Amino acid sequence: MKIGKKPKDRILSALTWGCAALTFSVLLFLIGYILINGIPYLKPSLFAFKYNSENVSLFPALMTTIMAVALSLLIAVPFGLFTAVYLVEYARRGNRLVGLVRVTAETLGGIPSIVYGLFGALFFVVWLGWGYSLLAGSFTLAVMILPLVIRTTEESLKAVPDAFREGSFGLGAGRLRTVFKIVLPAALPGILAGVILAVGRIVGETAALIYTLGNVAKMPENIFASGRTLALHMYSLSGEALHTGQAFATAVVLLVVVAGINALSAAAAKKIAKR
Amino acid sequence: MGRLLMKVRLQEKIKPLWRRFADKELLARGIFLLSALTAILAVGLICLFLFARGLPAMGEIGVFKFLLGKNWFPTETPPVFGILPMIVGSIYVTAGAILFGVPIGVFTAVFMAKVCPKPLYKRLKPAVDLLAGIPSVVYGFFGMMVLVPLVRSLFGGDGNSILTASMLLGIMILPTVIGISESALRAVPGELYEGALALGASHERAVFSVILPAAKSGVMAAVVLGIGRAIGETMAVKMVAGNQVLLRMPGEFLKGVRTLTANVVIEMGYAEGLHKEALIATGVVLFVFILIINLLFSVLKRRGAK
Repeated sequence: MKIGKKPKDRILSALTWGCAALTFSVLLFLIGYILINGIPYLKPSLFAFKYNSENVSLFPALMTTIMAVALSLLIAVPFGLFTAVYLVEYARRGNRLVGLVRVTAETLGGIPSIVYGLFGALFFVVWLGWGYSLLAGSFTLAVMILPLVIRTTEESLKAVPDAFREGSFGLGAGRLRTVFKIVLPAALPGILAGVILAVGRIVGETAALIYTLGNVAKMPENIFASGRTLALHMYSLSGEALHTGQAFATAVVLLVVVAGINALSAAAAKKIAKR
Repeated sequence: MGRLLMKVRLQEKIKPLWRRFADKELLARGIFLLSALTAILAVGLICLFLFARGLPAMGEIGVFKFLLGKNWFPTETPPVFGILPMIVGSIYVTAGAILFGVPIGVFTAVFMAKVCPKPLYKRLKPAVDLLAGIPSVVYGFFGMMVLVPLVRSLFGGDGNSILTASMLLGIMILPTVIGISESALRAVPGELYEGALALGASHERAVFSVILPAAKSGVMAAVVLGIGRAIGETMAVKMVAGNQVLLRMPGEFLKGVRTLTANVVIEMGYAEGLHKEALIATGVVLFVFILIINLLFSVLKRRGAK
């Protein structure tokens, strides 16, 4: 610190450093606490093929999570991608539809997950008659991540310089060819970063799934069967006093997955920033 | 890039001209347009299903009885459905979260944008992203294991309280508050800072009396989005708030409370008939809160962009 600083400045500076230190020490403490309590319980038996009341294996939940991620991406990514392509590449300036889509996507983005869960339970589970199932859960998740996919794709499409498009048109390519051969490949890392973030949201989701996917502790045999993702598995275990250690271990797995997802997304985003 | 263009040129040569523009273009445009409509369809369906089930229930119970009723006895005969304790509960924990999260978050954002040395920033930015990515069950579990016993031993009571939920939510909204405030602070033109320094202001004075006020609407937008996050959070709150349906006074922050979100997630599993409809109506109230908050957020964001 410099000599002759006013006391007021000193207080502000101390507050700034102090709050930042507090934020990051809370994060460090949380991670450390989970790791220290969870790692001793990460035994091979926790990855046994079947779940039962003696061995609360997280393997079925892990597989269900992967299935739910794959299925919801399969639904949401094409729609999200095409929506963004329409907004950026096709719609004319001042198109009313564009404004409407943007407002609805923003609205969707702000809706809390329990409201998605409620909607999924009413629409997919009851009205369409899918019951508590992988399909109902994945569709609910797909609606939930749609705004994220739209927004990130839109941003990365906008970041592609117009010269690329002009060059492509100038060489005689049509709009469609320009989009798929020129613009989308150039925007791919950004889109990927968004999709990976969406995976992160799915992995961490509980409230939207508990009344759509259900909470059965086994692997779903088909898309109309119920299951539970890792986050739901952990939620159930945390309610049982007997399985606190296993809940910690599941938290470790979740943290590792989330950290990995964040790193991947950042790496993809960096790739687009370099160009 | 050159290679890519060359590849396109080669492929163009192979196909006859008429096939390049004809129906495929139109078909693709149609598909893209239809996809763009799904977002609108989704919002429409969500509104339709929530309002069509929730509003009649509100009518049947009586709007004022429902919104201002102090008692929630869903399984008694006759059942009583009043959600005022939950509305007030949601407001308490959200206000508490803002009280904890906003000062710490804004100071941290100032640190990230204006104080932090660059090498350190490279490490801290992913940390903020990680804070945002941690699932809410993990936060809730952390709250159950650490914050609840902490509050119990410091202040007495059983630890599942408004205070505990506020602290946990305060941590959970940090990444939102930090992220948006930071970009608002970075968007302030550098001349303002330099001008303040040239007039003899210290670094702290320039940051807190010039840059922060200039970024005011961005910071406000961050706060509003934080409110949205806090009011909509379900699992983590449910795990630490105690969930008693009792109308609490502002002084009773060491007692438990149930939020709107927790009400839905706790009772949806077994609710039947009007009880279920009343839970959907609870969701409608939450949804309306969120719509208002979203509107506020986009107004502030637009003002910040100007």
